[in-house]
Amino acid sequence: MRITEHPILDFQRGEEVTFFFDGQELKGFEGETIAAALHAAGVRVLGHSQTMHRPRGLFCAIGNCSSCLMVVDGEPNIRICVEKLKPGMRVETQEGKGCLR
Amino acid sequence: MPKVKEIEVLIIGGGPAGLSAAAAAAELGASVLVFERDDKTGGQLVKQTHKFFGSKKQYAGDRGYQIGNLLIDQCMSNPKVEVWTDTTALGIYEDGVVTAEGQGKHLKIKPERIIVATGASEKMIAFPNNDLPGIYGAGAVQTLMNVHGIVPGQRVLMIGAGNIGLIVSYQMMQAGVEVVAIIEAAPTIGGYLVHASKIRRAGVPILTSHTITEAYGQDSVEGAIICQLDEKWQPIPGSEQDLKVDVICLAVGLSPLTELCFQADCEMKFVPELSGHVPLRNKYLETTRPGLYVAGDVSGVEEASSAMVEGRLAGVCAAFSLGYGNDVAPKLQADALAELSELRAGPAGQKTVNGIKKLMDKGGAAC
Repeated sequence: MRITEHPILDFQRGEEVTFFFDGQELKGFEGETIAAALHAAGVRVLGHSQTMHRPRGLFCAIGNCSSCLMVVDGEPNIRICVEKLKPGMRVETQEGKGCLR
Repeated sequence: MPKVKEIEVLIIGGGPAGLSAAAAAAELGASVLVFERDDKTGGQLVKQTHKFFGSKKQYAGDRGYQIGNLLIDQCMSNPKVEVWTDTTALGIYEDGVVTAEGQGKHLKIKPERIIVATGASEKMIAFPNNDLPGIYGAGAVQTLMNVHGIVPGQRVLMIGAGNIGLIVSYQMMQAGVEVVAIIEAAPTIGGYLVHASKIRRAGVPILTSHTITEAYGQDSVEGAIICQLDEKWQPIPGSEQDLKVDVICLAVGLSPLTELCFQADCEMKFVPELSGHVPLRNKYLETTRPGLYVAGDVSGVEEASSAMVEGRLAGVCAAFSLGYGNDVAPKLQADALAELSELRAGPAGQKTVNGIKKLMDKGGAAC
């Protein structure tokens, strides 16, 4: 959910854009991270771990921990907490280590 | 661009320490390059909405993001400072070459001095299901809320009643999120009582001597079991409570991000008071690798105020060692050292003072 009113901060959002999460069309804002757009849309499971297939989500949100790796436009292991959202991007849940194509 | 870029002072990290170092070194006349892995500088300061304490010299009374913007302006307006954003340092080699990845390119830089100001990363604690989506570091919650304007969830359990746990809880309340409770394993609140009081006045319980025993949920967090601890930090049977929350926020401390220092072969030492492995350094913040300085959380986790002063000190020292500011540098060094002592004079600072003493002691398990 997005914050619309805040006692201290003003949020400058870019153009609204469309992107795809596992084929499903979602909206986000240009300039924000993929993680922000997904979280605002209520998506918290970003992938599954290699061995135990446990759900993986955000943890640090600053590109440190690699908990948020997803497949973006076919490329695996993208840290979506620092990767910026672009119009038409195809973001997919990553299973395990991901696979280079 | 030449194959290897030459620069007088390379600063790795554009947070409060790095930017302060850049401004100080450039002020004395040195040419400075700053690497920042994010797309903008300012580090975690730009996410902090609370007002700072301390004295006017350390920007007391200003909010974190205002201080961040001030430092950014200071660096941007100095033609001696060049900033490369979206640039991650990869390694510091024996011949002095530093490699980095920036905008998809492999970059090589030959600096005369290096200041490592890489900051810290959030600690995790052990409990069943601590990997469920919905368990976030306090910094992640700040990033979601204060940078992107997105609430982390509806109902939050905060773990840790240090300053970060208290401040981030209050920020969530400001953003309209319900903080169900703040729990703290220690018998007392670790952070400043002025922060704790604001939270208590709003009716949020701060449960000291309490810990989390597990998180649960199918695909993401749906709740947490907490329990009370006795004076030996053991769970008291029958004290369990089930809290329905969709977010568990961890504010259980930070670890210095010292990978580059290890890789550059700086002598390192584990000092719990400084929150982990830190490089040995002299009082001018130079490590055992000549010409490599550290500043901010990477040299021991503290607060942004001391990180900015350490940055200034490291920047002055690096420039002075290159022959800049011979007339003013000794005074600037003395001023910064005095400010650091002042900042560390309180009870909270005593831990850092003890840690630095331990770090400087000869012997011990250096690695």
